Amino acid sequence: MQVIDPHIHMTSRSTDDYLALACAGVHTVAEPAFWPGFDRSGAASFHDYFQQLTVAEPARAARFKIRHYCWIGMNAKEAEQLELAREVLAIMPQYLERPTALGIGEVGLNKNSRNEITVFEEQVELAAQRKELLLIHTPHLEDKLKGTRIIIDILKNEPRIPPGRVLIDHAEEHTIGEIKENGFWCGLTLYPDSKGSPARAVDAVEIFGPERICINSSADWSVSDPMATLKSANEMRRRGHPEALIARIFHGNPGEFLGQSPKFDALP
Amino acid sequence: MTRPGCGMTSQEILDTYFLENRARLLEIASFLDRMDRAADAGAGDYRCRAFQRALGLLAEPGAGRTKAIQLSFSDQSSEPVASALGLKATGAWKGGGDAGD
Repeated sequence: MQVIDPHIHMTSRSTDDYLALACAGVHTVAEPAFWPGFDRSGAASFHDYFQQLTVAEPARAARFKIRHYCWIGMNAKEAEQLELAREVLAIMPQYLERPTALGIGEVGLNKNSRNEITVFEEQVELAAQRKELLLIHTPHLEDKLKGTRIIIDILKNEPRIPPGRVLIDHAEEHTIGEIKENGFWCGLTLYPDSKGSPARAVDAVEIFGPERICINSSADWSVSDPMATLKSANEMRRRGHPEALIARIFHGNPGEFLGQSPKFDALP
Repeated sequence: MTRPGCGMTSQEILDTYFLENRARLLEIASFLDRMDRAADAGAGDYRCRAFQRALGLLAEPGAGRTKAIQLSFSDQSSEPVASALGLKATGAWKGGGDAGD
């Protein structure tokens, strides 16, 4: 089976994980810029991080014949620091020019604060100016519904960004419907505790249909599983879904969304 | 494209998922028992009340339980918060239902 994991934080994972992913059929990964588990002290740290995302990590992945793409952005958690966020926004364009950078992400909201919204709106403006794809982070747990609605309202008010060029991620049962009804792509994240499970992700495909749904591991430095996409594919197989539908969810759909960037090559 | 639906019969679903969900139910019962055995049992944290509300929704008939429980844990307000500093997600909205504390 050939799989694309459209959201995984390989900078937080070991080289052994690359080997396991390659052996299991994950031949392409896309890594959004995110909060590394601690607040960085200045924009110089983001220079280093974006360099890691666009140079070091593709090279590490290539050892295992995995193609590594990335997203460049100012994450919502550190966006609370408005001055730092604007310094980071100023350096983003040079990294968005890199050959494996697919667009702006993951950007969005974390606690739905005014500063987070300001920084998100400024990154939406940057995406509109540069015609970049957008990968959106939605808040965790009890903040997700409110944050998703604020994000959808902001994006709906920006006519220069077609909803089909935006993936709103970390969706769950109470937000999937609104995301899809508004024409956006929808990301389902597989976390053992704080987001969805393989069984619930497959339920969502059955309930909401396979159109514009991508399933990702979002594996990072916390409780997470880089093999989660494959476990979900197996869950579909366990329920008797046809291989063509499984391939669509784990290869066709992410390939279609990411393939809107001319830099992306979905071929195995 | 039509929605794929669940291709399994109820018998197949039970055969596949009953044991693992029986175990999950016992974990929840054990968690609640542990709360009752706590030194300050009955203190009434907002998360306990949110959990009890969710358990009520679990017993409702129909196929919308998961969404209903997600909504019951969610912040239903629409105004941005002034600052995110010091805030973290706990899994239940403190302002939900009978906020109490």
